[in-house]
Amino acid sequence: MAHSYTPGLTVTEQAVVRRRRILSLPGSVLVTSGETVRANQAVARAELPGKVYPLNLANQLSVAPDEIHDYLIKKVGDSVQKDEILAENKPLMKWFKTEILSPITGVVESISHVTGQVLLREPPRVFELLGYVDGRIVEVIPQQGVVVETNCSLVQGIFGIGGETRGEIVMAVTSPDEELSPRRFTAAMKGKVVVGGSFISSEALARAKELGVAGVVIGGIHDKDLRALLGYDLGVAITGTEQVGFTLILTEGFGSIPMAGKTFALLSAHAGQPASISGATQIRAGVIRPEIIIPKGAGAPIAPGVSAVPEREGIRIGDQVRIIRDPLFGKLGEVASLPSDLQKIPTESEVRVMGVRFADGSTAMIPRANIELIEGA
Amino acid sequence: MSVPSPAPVKPVITHPLNVIVATDCGSTTTKAILIEKVGDEYRQTYRGEAPTTVEAPFEDVTRGVLNAIAEIEELSGRKILDGDRIITPCRDAKTGVDIYISTSSAGGGLQMMVTGVVQNMTGESAQRAALGAGAIVIDVLASNDGRLPHEKIERIRTMRPDMILMSGGTDGGAVTHVVEMAEYISAAEPRPRFGATFKLPLIYAGNTDAQPQVKKILGEKTALVLTDNIRPVLERENLAPARNKIHDLFLEHVMQQAPGYKKLIDMAGAPIMPTPAAVGVIMETIAKREHLNLIGVDIGGATTDVFSVFEGLFNRTVSANLGMSYSISNVLAEAGLANIMRWVPFTIDEQTLRNRIKNKMVRPTTIPQTLDELQIEHAIAREALRLALIHHKSLATALKGVQQERTISDVFEQQQSGKTLIDMLKLDLIVGSGGILSHAPRRVQSMLLMVDAYEPLGVTRLSVDSIFMMPHLGVLSTINEKAATDVFVRDCMVYLGTCVAPIGQGKDGERCADYAITFPDGRVDKGSLSFGDLRLIPLASGQKASMTVQPAKQANLGAGAGVAVTREVHGGVVGLLLDGRGRPLQLPIDHAFRVASLTRWYQAVDLYPVLSAEK
Repeated sequence: MAHSYTPGLTVTEQAVVRRRRILSLPGSVLVTSGETVRANQAVARAELPGKVYPLNLANQLSVAPDEIHDYLIKKVGDSVQKDEILAENKPLMKWFKTEILSPITGVVESISHVTGQVLLREPPRVFELLGYVDGRIVEVIPQQGVVVETNCSLVQGIFGIGGETRGEIVMAVTSPDEELSPRRFTAAMKGKVVVGGSFISSEALARAKELGVAGVVIGGIHDKDLRALLGYDLGVAITGTEQVGFTLILTEGFGSIPMAGKTFALLSAHAGQPASISGATQIRAGVIRPEIIIPKGAGAPIAPGVSAVPEREGIRIGDQVRIIRDPLFGKLGEVASLPSDLQKIPTESEVRVMGVRFADGSTAMIPRANIELIEGA
Repeated sequence: MSVPSPAPVKPVITHPLNVIVATDCGSTTTKAILIEKVGDEYRQTYRGEAPTTVEAPFEDVTRGVLNAIAEIEELSGRKILDGDRIITPCRDAKTGVDIYISTSSAGGGLQMMVTGVVQNMTGESAQRAALGAGAIVIDVLASNDGRLPHEKIERIRTMRPDMILMSGGTDGGAVTHVVEMAEYISAAEPRPRFGATFKLPLIYAGNTDAQPQVKKILGEKTALVLTDNIRPVLERENLAPARNKIHDLFLEHVMQQAPGYKKLIDMAGAPIMPTPAAVGVIMETIAKREHLNLIGVDIGGATTDVFSVFEGLFNRTVSANLGMSYSISNVLAEAGLANIMRWVPFTIDEQTLRNRIKNKMVRPTTIPQTLDELQIEHAIAREALRLALIHHKSLATALKGVQQERTISDVFEQQQSGKTLIDMLKLDLIVGSGGILSHAPRRVQSMLLMVDAYEPLGVTRLSVDSIFMMPHLGVLSTINEKAATDVFVRDCMVYLGTCVAPIGQGKDGERCADYAITFPDGRVDKGSLSFGDLRLIPLASGQKASMTVQPAKQANLGAGAGVAVTREVHGGVVGLLLDGRGRPLQLPIDHAFRVASLTRWYQAVDLYPVLSAEK
């Protein structure tokens, strides 16, 4: 049965989260099913093939491609050291001798008699995949990776940059509508996940980088400050590989927007505890959102009735919601009514709407598309 | 030059098709339509939609399909679903459908990497072949693309395409460069986007003499398919065999790996088509049936596809990161703030606008709630449409590198080879599709967006896809042409009217052209259009009028400066738009004057409700 779908961000004290940890190339899994793992523990390992260096010997020796075998000293599969002779000619006079040296240490991967090209490959690089969260291995996918399950508190953000990291949660402000100014940062925050309120400026972002914090969790930032931080204008919201010195997670959006009270309260309650965070965002149907996972401790019992995947249900009267489009962008309230008929809005579009009641008792009719459910309530 | 896209294989259907359900699985939403035979003709009767479910947490495209069809069930009262199964064929007047068909661009569509030897020759031919087959081209590698060999290998290695198309060399020519590219691909060991364990499909459509070497180098490492050379001689492109192979491999390999697609293929009574390929079929059909030169556009949330048919030659491009939701921030990055702001008839500070655009990017399914927000989205749409057409013009070209014969008459016209095929003066029809055009609150908004973005010259007709159903009809046309045509004519194509726009510039208020319109009832409307004027004259859908335009001496309607032109013009739900703003269209630089001009134009055509009220 189809129902009105309202996307939402999960903010919950209690959840069971499973994370697939998959190698980009087949390799070996280092843990077994049922084993308890730490976030910084390697769970799988792969050898990433080394870089390839093409050398056109035919050009360098000034011979035809099918003649290069006469000049080669190495053959396919041979190991070579940097500056070792790969090929040489045998002129009558030694002054005309040409030696082709290997630019790298590695192996000869292929020799082409059509193009005269030799491909050299550097030794493979070992890549270790970490567990990311403290938890238990619930599935091993041979040669590919594992699924880690953790009993945790979970906060999803709306947008982030930077990859996976971990650190202790530290509250830098005392209320969700307070700005995270540069003076709020202290040397003790190095390597920690710093939680602010409504906004962080470019000066404060620079201070966070200077101090070497692991992550910053904040209500909003200005687009221009994001541009300055990245060094380019972000066109498409596919992130996670940025290297700006820390992981940044926005809980509300762009602009100065107070962090949702529930989010702020949950993070405050866990101040001093370690958290695994990821800024990876991929906004497509069925999105990947940035997240803050606060494990209850490895091996902690899983609360009964807690589902691994938060179930999405139709929206109901009384649900907590966030308005996600101007003119009331960022306001929080609860669902007061769900009229089923289409209503004409000021743009003249006829859309499905919902009545939202705010903390001061006032109400407004908002298009359902412009509402986000605060999930896990 | 491009050839018409290949006709997909026609499935054998033995039972009569009276009730059809079709879906398009887009990157954001899955749209379902119900088509029923009413008397002797087919009509689109109900429509439903649901979020696409190709990625986590659902990872099964059929969930979204079933939800969208369930909405049709609720609206129509017809029972179509039996659990997770579509009931086919019809059991009675209110149960089941005769066939289910679908298109898909979900999960990023079909992403391809193409290679050639010379970038603007075989590289471009390969790009056209891939684009024409409905793919998004994520990179074009060529021997002369300026990248060093190790950079090429690194690039191939980091990309995760669904498929690679290799071209290069003419038949019987040198094999070295194309073999070299095969060696690079082999060294990079490319891996597909979906399915870590299966081999990446690779189509080789280059010099046939190099086939044995390519087979030796790539036969083991990839799922290699050999086909005819796309550029057998410099003077001719042969894109159809490569395009057919792309379609086959898309179904055999790529779709099988995407989440839930195996189930979707089993549910469907005809092969699943990539959405842009299906829209391309419809665009080509319109152009051929009415012998028109046309430009079609499908502006979506993530991409903007542009189609053109000029003198029978079909071309398609996709601007992968120009769109109105997921890619909206990229439109800002590519167009620049000033170009977006020039269409906004009020003042807004840069920081607020930038933040609003980013907020739409992170919450792509939201809709404009206020008139200001709608006007900002329309401003961004104009720029997305404009940039996508520039991209299209650069690829829809005559073949480059072809030796040209010149006569004495060409002495003063030193044209390069590879001239764009898009001639706005010869353009007969613009067809718009996609959410922002199909669902604009007023049809005149769709018309002005396309006129502002494309700046049609002379006399050009415009139309729009009523509720976004061209992909569905594209795939339907492969199994039942009559059904597709009936629905297209009666329910899909909404003619907006005709734009008449003289080429040339003049001061505001200066005479641009005099005109006389003879309406079907014999009434004659005579008037004068000034530079800087935008005027809307009612002419209903299905009506034609005869229009004589006498341009001023510095203006040109296609027959020469100051030369009068008489043309038959078609009406539509908007009417005749007389555009005296000059071509190329230059908006005033002074902010206050520009806002005043925009307000005047928008009021003249009754573009927005508040402006109407002010008037």
